[in-house]
Amino acid sequence: MLLNIYSLLSACFFVLMDAVDVAFTEAAVGVGVSTILLLSTLTITGSFEKNKRIKPILTFVIVIISGFLLIYGTLQMPPFGSSDAPIHQHVATYYIEESYTETGIPNIVTSVLANYRGYDTLGELFVIFAAGIGVITLLDVNTNIKNLSMFKNDLSKSLIQNHILRVISKMLIPFILLFALYVQFHGDFGPGGGFQGGVIFASAFILYTMLFGLKASQKLISQSWLEFFSALGVLLYTCIGMIPLFTGKSFLNYKVLAQDPLQGQHLGVLIVELGVGITVFSIILLIFIAFTKQVSIIGEGK
Amino acid sequence: MSSQLPILQVIIPLISAPLCLIISRPKLVWLFTLIASTISFIISIILIHQVMQSGTIIYSLGDWEAPIGIEYRIDYLNAYLLLIVTGISSIILLSAHTSITAELSHNKYVLFYVLFLLCLSGMLGIIATGDAFNVFVFLEIASLSSYSLIALGKDRRALTAALRYLLVGTLGATFILIGIGLMYMMTGTLNMHDLSERLPNLSESRTLIIAFSFFTVGVCLKLALFPLHWWLPNAYAYAPSVVSAFLAATATKVAIYILLRFIFTVFGIEFSFSILPLQKILLALGLVGILTASTIAIYQNNVKQLFAYSSISQIAYIILALGMNNSTGLVAALLHLFNHALMKGALFLALSAVMYRVGSTQLTDFSGLGKSMPWTMAAIVIGGLSLIGIPLTVGFISKWYMLIASLENNLWPVTVLILLGSILTGIYVWRIVETAYFTTNKTGLNHIKEAPFSLLLPTWLLILANLYFGINPRFTITITKLTAQSLGAMP
Repeated sequence: MLLNIYSLLSACFFVLMDAVDVAFTEAAVGVGVSTILLLSTLTITGSFEKNKRIKPILTFVIVIISGFLLIYGTLQMPPFGSSDAPIHQHVATYYIEESYTETGIPNIVTSVLANYRGYDTLGELFVIFAAGIGVITLLDVNTNIKNLSMFKNDLSKSLIQNHILRVISKMLIPFILLFALYVQFHGDFGPGGGFQGGVIFASAFILYTMLFGLKASQKLISQSWLEFFSALGVLLYTCIGMIPLFTGKSFLNYKVLAQDPLQGQHLGVLIVELGVGITVFSIILLIFIAFTKQVSIIGEGK
Repeated sequence: MSSQLPILQVIIPLISAPLCLIISRPKLVWLFTLIASTISFIISIILIHQVMQSGTIIYSLGDWEAPIGIEYRIDYLNAYLLLIVTGISSIILLSAHTSITAELSHNKYVLFYVLFLLCLSGMLGIIATGDAFNVFVFLEIASLSSYSLIALGKDRRALTAALRYLLVGTLGATFILIGIGLMYMMTGTLNMHDLSERLPNLSESRTLIIAFSFFTVGVCLKLALFPLHWWLPNAYAYAPSVVSAFLAATATKVAIYILLRFIFTVFGIEFSFSILPLQKILLALGLVGILTASTIAIYQNNVKQLFAYSSISQIAYIILALGMNNSTGLVAALLHLFNHALMKGALFLALSAVMYRVGSTQLTDFSGLGKSMPWTMAAIVIGGLSLIGIPLTVGFISKWYMLIASLENNLWPVTVLILLGSILTGIYVWRIVETAYFTTNKTGLNHIKEAPFSLLLPTWLLILANLYFGINPRFTITITKLTAQSLGAMP
């Protein structure tokens, strides 16, 4: 619960720092999805820690020392918001002044994220992909797809009686999906993009699964399709990046995608964001399903 | 197309990972992975030739000139490391199919290769890039996939080992990120070349010193420098054998690469060694690490764990050589990067053969293996000799350079301690030899046969490389000397 509040607060903090896009992601992932995952972990493991008689004095000392060092180091840093600070002098100035004319994208964050530093974003997408693959590897979800129908879904059982929740959520889900698509495709102009869009899209599915059970949601989109989609998203991104290689340009140079360089970049960023959205959506949902299956199996065991 | 090689090197294994997930036929995926890794290996050979002929290769991603965009900057150091990592991964993959059939359940084969490819391309991405934040991104890809790879181990203790590695690794990554963040705050740039031009003007700044310390501690966690090594032994011991071989031979080398790159290129030798007392710290930690880890290794009963501790001590050798701060020391460190990859790759592959036939790597189970698995045990013996540093093996070459470096610096005690470390290595290698050749198996397990060819071939490829580069070290010495020069160490 405290973690949840912490995430929400840091989301607000990011808004204050004018990092709306980051705040958006934090609100969707930190407050929404990770809380649910944490709760399902608690369901599996039990809510009390075993008593251990280790006094973590050494750890405490190390934490204090590194904290002190950080404060000591940051005392000399340039004051927050000062326009003389090095970060506002060098690359950032270039982005602010040139990005619109060079890329034709009004949202500077998107132009840096998907265009100037598009390769980092591709890396981030692969980080998410690796995390998702790691989770499904370890939680061993493939074996029991067939037997799943026998398990009652614990998480949803308690919620099935709750008619108000069910009705209201059913009404809300289309709007959530619509909003996700808006966030996904509006990233060029306002805060948003593939990461946020994908998470919000996935959260609609998560809501559905929580209320109507795993079986119903598996009918909607199955595990193997999700795995396929997660690979498809990263492939889409990488393949778009590889097209310029055949014309002698560098990896991720979107200008070759259309006659007009600006048009090409628009198209490139749009497809790339779509790739991000697809992978993020399917990985988040995969992780959630992997956790939920564990909960159902444990529930059955009891 | 040849100008695209720097990016293809990383992108080919990277794009193969999702493709493997879609193919999802175990044998096909194995072949695919092997081919992807081999192509990367071939590219790295071409790249090192290009660097030797025409100097540093710069490749701007998306055609945005650095520091606006991200660039790949391949010089001797990167090209050399790329060669090590891709070479080792290709050889290890030869054995992967046989080895994992014995150690993993069949529904995890495909996911194993996906993770392996992600891990490989993560490491290649770290090495090739010229951008500080890009290092962090690819470090995350490599780390996340290696946590899962370790957790795949058959033994349930693999899970706790992986969790511990995850916690330590995340801590290390956070420290690295803090370091990079502070560097960005002070300079406004993330490009390494750009950073190296702007940082010297700031050497008085406290923030920069803190940035450097956090970064170095983070990397040292990743490379398991004593006393930050406690995650490594269990992680290597309980991971699937192929994974142990791959990670032991490459992962720590990549971490050492990051350290080298930031000490020498980004911060510059003057800042790292003159303004900050890094040299003495590295020297001290290296010495303590060699002696402690070797001593602990002597008392291990699981051979995998024994070699894991031996890895820690060998890493400490590299750090020690770095701490000597002369060009011979640097050459010794670079040589040992390559040589240790060859030795540990070979040794852990030989252990995977033992694991395949015997099903365990406890020292007691080695009794009588000298007779029943002659080729595998011969590989372990030669690998062990190389570890000690006997002439005609690669181990000798790097130890020799370390000794020369310590003598050049007039560090007599260090010379003696390096030799003492070799003796300790000799003791733990002897324990294995003694059990394998001079004790008979009392339980009467006579059915143990020699390992299959698919496991022996890669093991012996690496063993022969150990001997070849030990007898004819011209290639490695030329390339390491050129690297040391390009890093700006004194001629």
